[in-house]
Amino acid sequence: MNTLRIGSGAGYSGDRIEPAVELAEHGDLDYLVFECLAERTIALAQQARISDPQGGYDPLLAERMRRVLPFVGQGTGRRRLRLITNMGAANPLAAAGEVRRIAGELGLGLKVVAVVGDDVLHTLSGEQLLDNGQTVGALGERLISANAYLGVEGIVQALRADADVVITGRVADPSLFLAPQMFEFGWAFDDWPRLGRGTLVGHLLECAGQVSGGYFADPGFKDVEDLARLGFPLAEIDADGNALITKVAGSGGRVSRATCAEQLIYEVHDPAAYLTPDVTADFSQVGFVEESVDRVRAQGASGRARPEQLKVSVGYLDGWIGEGQMSYGGPGAVARAELAREVVLKRLALIGVNMQDLRAELIGMDSLHGPRSSVEPWEVRLRVAARCDERSDAVRVGNEVETLYTNGPAGGGGASKSVRQVVAVASLLLPREAVKPRIEE
Amino acid sequence: MKLHTLAHSRTGDKGDTSNISIIAYRAQDYPLLCEQLTAERVTAFFKDLLEPLAAPVQRYELPNVQALNFVLPGILRGGVTRSLALDAHGKCLGSALLDLDLTIPT
Repeated sequence: MNTLRIGSGAGYSGDRIEPAVELAEHGDLDYLVFECLAERTIALAQQARISDPQGGYDPLLAERMRRVLPFVGQGTGRRRLRLITNMGAANPLAAAGEVRRIAGELGLGLKVVAVVGDDVLHTLSGEQLLDNGQTVGALGERLISANAYLGVEGIVQALRADADVVITGRVADPSLFLAPQMFEFGWAFDDWPRLGRGTLVGHLLECAGQVSGGYFADPGFKDVEDLARLGFPLAEIDADGNALITKVAGSGGRVSRATCAEQLIYEVHDPAAYLTPDVTADFSQVGFVEESVDRVRAQGASGRARPEQLKVSVGYLDGWIGEGQMSYGGPGAVARAELAREVVLKRLALIGVNMQDLRAELIGMDSLHGPRSSVEPWEVRLRVAARCDERSDAVRVGNEVETLYTNGPAGGGGASKSVRQVVAVASLLLPREAVKPRIEE
Repeated sequence: MKLHTLAHSRTGDKGDTSNISIIAYRAQDYPLLCEQLTAERVTAFFKDLLEPLAAPVQRYELPNVQALNFVLPGILRGGVTRSLALDAHGKCLGSALLDLDLTIPT
């Protein structure tokens, strides 16, 4: 293969589906990758699986598959398209079953392979959490999930088994994109410079629209054409991992040096040591060249030996968050909202609500970055949120905001309240040998 | 002059650490950013939001994209899963930082 074409069909679980369909239909792709697992998504999915043993995978899996499967496999007069996705979340086997069922309904003979082995919940004992020094054991019954970040191995194995669709659980985001490059070009597992370049491709693509003009526009400073029809990105990659980032001709959005630079640094700490299960990638010398409109060449990535340990994401229950909001408008809005805040805080103390943490702020004044402006806005919204050990306490937080209607300052409107269980996430490190990825056909 | 006129920014989160890129629109402005946008300056800008006991703010340079990357440990106070903040990811932090004033040499 001379040039490999990989597209990005989702940057998170709830992402838009139309740009992915556009890529599948018009991208002339070899691979379409859907990255759908944020840090805590898998812990939430694990909870869903507990209530339904056949659940626990991405809620949009079926809808996405119905839309793109018709383009997967060997079509006449075009490349063979394969799909790779971590939409298996907490249950890749059930997700693979669902995809097989949908493929059958559509009359498609596709091979669907699941990658498992990331779930290490039952192998943990006294490991220490990186975040707060606690041990896993101290979480007791509150522990709900533990998933190691797998690298490329399972996916490469699935591609060798001739999978049309590869469904994984927790895999490091860039590995979803590196695996097909390694498979197609036959790169060795210790070819660090190529793995570093291939990881850059994955890192640039993994948030989908974020490299093609999404999450970028700042009118008058950074304008993006036809943002409403934002196209998702694809990479054209050569056998050394040199890549060009572009998108489907005619789609909205923009691929430029600036969009690529923003995505290059997104969620990166030390650019010379971007750690994945596959490689220690070095992005510190990366540069971008605009070859033509919406075609940007990435260069300068490298890599060193991979880390010896794998990161494990641990999900645990950590109480409840109760929240309430109420708007105030017109002259004196801020003064009335401030009085409302004071009243709610006093009432929460008077009725003895037990809270671990509390925030009370005015949206439009100080909710994002603390206080700043002295300008009187036309409207402002009070927001009170607290984390409580008991659900019953969390419920009372929202109630004390809602009851401002008849018990608070003049003119509050648009009350809302919510209670949600906190699924917190922490990390730990496991020796690589303790994690065994494998495929299920 | 506001930083907003010379540079753009994107904010990312990992656990309770935020990273903020500051990218010069024009290569010739990058040395000015390197000189004036120190880790100390960014620390002072976010002093009300930073966790006092957390590790210090780190600055990394990416010369080929004329960018700085600031890493702010602890600023997300428990991270997106536990934080009570309206913007629990801290996605808006970079936009706020663009309000910094720069001194343009005459």
